[in-house]
Amino acid sequence: MESFPSRYRNLSVLLLLLVAQLLLLAYQVKTSQDVRLIRLWAVTAVTPVARAIEWVRSGVAGAWENVFVLGDVRAENKQLKRELAELRLKNQLLAAELQTADRTKALIEFRSQVPSKTIAARIIGTGTGANARTVFVDRGSVEGVKRGMAAITDKGIVGKVVAAYPTASLVQLITEQGSAAGVISQKNRVRGTLKAQGSGTLIVDYIRNEEKVEIGEWFYTSGTDRIYPRGLPVGRVKSTREGRGSKEVIIEPSGLQGGLEEMLIVLDGVHGSVPEPETPPSPGIAILPAPPEAAPAAQTAQPVGAQQAGGTQQSAAPPASAAPSPSQPAQASSNGLATDADRLRERYRRVGESQGIVLGTTKLRVPDFNKAPADPPRPAPPKPEAPPPASPKPGAADQTPPAVPKQ
Amino acid sequence: MSSYDESLIPNAPRRQKVSRFRIAAWVLIPLAAILFQVYVRRFAEFLGYLELPLLVTVYFSLMRRQPVGGALIGALIGLAQDSLSQHPLGMFGIVKTLVGYFAASISMRFDVDNHALRFILSFFFFLFHQFFFWVLTQALLGQSLDVPIPQSIIFAFLNAVVAVPLFIILDRLKTEER
Repeated sequence: MESFPSRYRNLSVLLLLLVAQLLLLAYQVKTSQDVRLIRLWAVTAVTPVARAIEWVRSGVAGAWENVFVLGDVRAENKQLKRELAELRLKNQLLAAELQTADRTKALIEFRSQVPSKTIAARIIGTGTGANARTVFVDRGSVEGVKRGMAAITDKGIVGKVVAAYPTASLVQLITEQGSAAGVISQKNRVRGTLKAQGSGTLIVDYIRNEEKVEIGEWFYTSGTDRIYPRGLPVGRVKSTREGRGSKEVIIEPSGLQGGLEEMLIVLDGVHGSVPEPETPPSPGIAILPAPPEAAPAAQTAQPVGAQQAGGTQQSAAPPASAAPSPSQPAQASSNGLATDADRLRERYRRVGESQGIVLGTTKLRVPDFNKAPADPPRPAPPKPEAPPPASPKPGAADQTPPAVPKQ
Repeated sequence: MSSYDESLIPNAPRRQKVSRFRIAAWVLIPLAAILFQVYVRRFAEFLGYLELPLLVTVYFSLMRRQPVGGALIGALIGLAQDSLSQHPLGMFGIVKTLVGYFAASISMRFDVDNHALRFILSFFFFLFHQFFFWVLTQALLGQSLDVPIPQSIIFAFLNAVVAVPLFIILDRLKTEER
């Protein structure tokens, strides 16, 4: 079988000559963009092929990437999600530990203030039963915990130990049916017996109807039950109602609010004192204190209204040093300077005397009131009185009871 | 078959002959045609219509009676003409390659010694040359070449008129025929 060039020799030579000259022509000819025609032809001929090759290559590469690279990405994504879930869980655990640390810190501070000997305990379980309000703590008879010991927190009493095992103890919460404690109100010193109603609230029993108990008043342990030392906060009065023979006082327990994780077991109870109720400042009219004798001239020139305003502001929270002593009014009245007008007249008189002018005479000489008068002889200042000891104010914070002072 | 047909159709064994030329003729005749195209037209513009390289190509192709030979002759003459023109190399080469190829192909079937046929072939190949040159100029160079058709026809006629006596002169340069 003859090949194409040998069979069509003339035509083959013709084509060869034409192609050769076309190439020669293309090598010389430049397009309008100053590009040689052969280069333009080559690019035009090659780029579709290159484009096709690139399309195939990109397709293969994309498939490869989808199969292998994205497979790795999916695996990495799955791993990252797993790590994220672990980190979230760890974050929650750390947040819980942080809260626990805060509670523990508060409990330790409270423990340092409580005069009783206590031991910290952590709840490790709850009692059986659907409505059981008992918890197990991780302190037992080995640590000195005995049956009948009180369990408290910095917010109030929690309950009492009803069973002490070597390594754990069972604490009956104050809200458990049958719990009881002797309590006393903070303000009116009304005594009663705290009893659990079984529904989470407490009732103070044995309070006569004629005794006064206010809503929001704090109740403290009275120490008469020999379980809870005296002076531990119990809760605030939620409602009161007169009943048959005795008043029904509903108490909202403060020791169980905000969750219960740790507590203190009172190993050796020491009675404290029930803090005095906070006396709110009376909104009545306050008597202005006497200004100092050596007040500067500028202050003296102020209007009386401005001085009164300042005095009223001072009366709202008077500093201890500025408070007038009981001897000051007597001294002021003995000098005859009971009012501001008297003191101002006295000042003008001393200004005139220092300049040799007697006020009230017929001579038309006016003293220079801008000059300071001669200092009059002043008595020795009295010694400042020591500030009264700061009494606990449980009413200052609505929910946080005060620290118990040592007896 | 009439005597006229016998004179045109070269199937008869006595008509199938190949003319031979000296090597100097192969070189000098095309060169002279090209030089004429370059220099004579410079001094005699009225001879500008003459396309002597084309006529030489047609003649040698007709006498060679081989398409390959005709194509090579046309390519060489065309490239030589291109080298002396402002066009890129290959413009005349391609066109004259085609002219030489087809002229040689035609010579295998017709008696190209016939003057009438030479006239016709010269007329036809001039138009063929002009047309393909215009096509290449348009297609490859992107240039618009103004080629008035009546003028081209007239020029083709004049070239054909010149071709007949030119071919007679060139016939005298043949060394042998077989």
